[in-house]
Amino acid sequence: MNQERYSKQIKLKEFGLPAQQHLQNSKVLIVGAGGLGTPCAQYLNGVGVGTIGLIDDDTISLSNLPRQTMFNESEIGLSKVEILSQKLAAQNPATNFICYKKFLTPANAIGIISNYDVVVDASDNFGTRYLVNDSCVVLNKPFIYGGLHAFEGQVSVLNYQGGPTYRCLFPETSIPNNIQNCDDNGVLGVLPALIGTYQAIEAIKIITVIGTTLSGQLLIIDTLSQSHFKIAVTANPENLKITELKAIYAVPECRGNVISIDAATLNEWQQAGKKISLIDVRTPAEFSNTQLPFSKNIPLGDLQIRHSEIDLSLPVVTICQTGSRSKQAALYLIKETDAKQVFNLQGGLASII
Amino acid sequence: MDMKIISFGITKDITGSFFLDFNAGKNPVSIAELKEGLFDKFPELRNLSSLSIAVNNEYATNETMVNSQDEVALIPPVSGG
Repeated sequence: MNQERYSKQIKLKEFGLPAQQHLQNSKVLIVGAGGLGTPCAQYLNGVGVGTIGLIDDDTISLSNLPRQTMFNESEIGLSKVEILSQKLAAQNPATNFICYKKFLTPANAIGIISNYDVVVDASDNFGTRYLVNDSCVVLNKPFIYGGLHAFEGQVSVLNYQGGPTYRCLFPETSIPNNIQNCDDNGVLGVLPALIGTYQAIEAIKIITVIGTTLSGQLLIIDTLSQSHFKIAVTANPENLKITELKAIYAVPECRGNVISIDAATLNEWQQAGKKISLIDVRTPAEFSNTQLPFSKNIPLGDLQIRHSEIDLSLPVVTICQTGSRSKQAALYLIKETDAKQVFNLQGGLASII
Repeated sequence: MDMKIISFGITKDITGSFFLDFNAGKNPVSIAELKEGLFDKFPELRNLSSLSIAVNNEYATNETMVNSQDEVALIPPVSGG
């Protein structure tokens, strides 16, 4: 380790050479290389974290640039993790970067996260947030949560030393999520940098065992009034008992490219004898009640274990009652299988029968 | 007497302001009852998949009792990253 490079940190009496060595030996995974992930990665790289994992399948787009200032206009369309790791490697050549040009999924989460000491949840959707949480609980790894809404940010240290988890902060209910995911909301360019940097500080504190982390506290920052709120959160012991992942976590609609078709189009295809795999993702009870000819029933929750039953060489059409579950199924098939063409029947069976 | 409620994230968009004076109908009131009162006045709150409530900067449960001197905060999850 180049001690001159880190001399200002080593000089801190609470920090010193031992803390710097802890950083050097640590492995941090950053889930998401967007608004939160880029500033977080930038500073974890700067302070001397030895190994940084970056996972994101997204590419750089024009509307990313106000807040993801590591990226240039000339890089639009290129992989975020590739460009980010190139730039960070130039800034600190001693860092070991591991890039995953993919999204975190139930199939890869445990394998990837098990290689790291600390995880930073810099994702932009609820499905991934619950997936990060559950994986970290299963593997007993601490993670640092950060989230944004308009001019507000939230930060907390979760699953650390028996403290609260994401499910203690926000229990998952059966009500479908209607809070916007991904880039759908507006956000002022500077806010993610602030929250991502707070996440970096919390990661550093966990690794070097200095100060007091935000475990058991949800920090909410309102930048419009520059007010900080620290809300005490208690752990629900039930949430620490997770031993395996769920089969499916909600895949945000901004990912993948599901093409919607209407009932008339499906009817035309069937009349014309077009070969398709027609997959009904409703429950077996719903399926036995009403079904389309030549449709195969694989309930949404079984898709992960049963998708191999689908002939993916044909265009796949997913259907359900209203078009909502089938959209989740279509997204899942696009992201997680070799399906080339996936169509969702908009409006579902309700629009036919 | 009115209770002081602050609304974070999307709940601020639903209630229309960060600070809100809310008449819960009785004093003290349980969080469960307060939530129902808020849901009646702001039906969109009912559609949130998760809504946590803090009282005096501490997470509360449905059974927590609050009175008009307490500061209540509505905390929804935020997805942005």
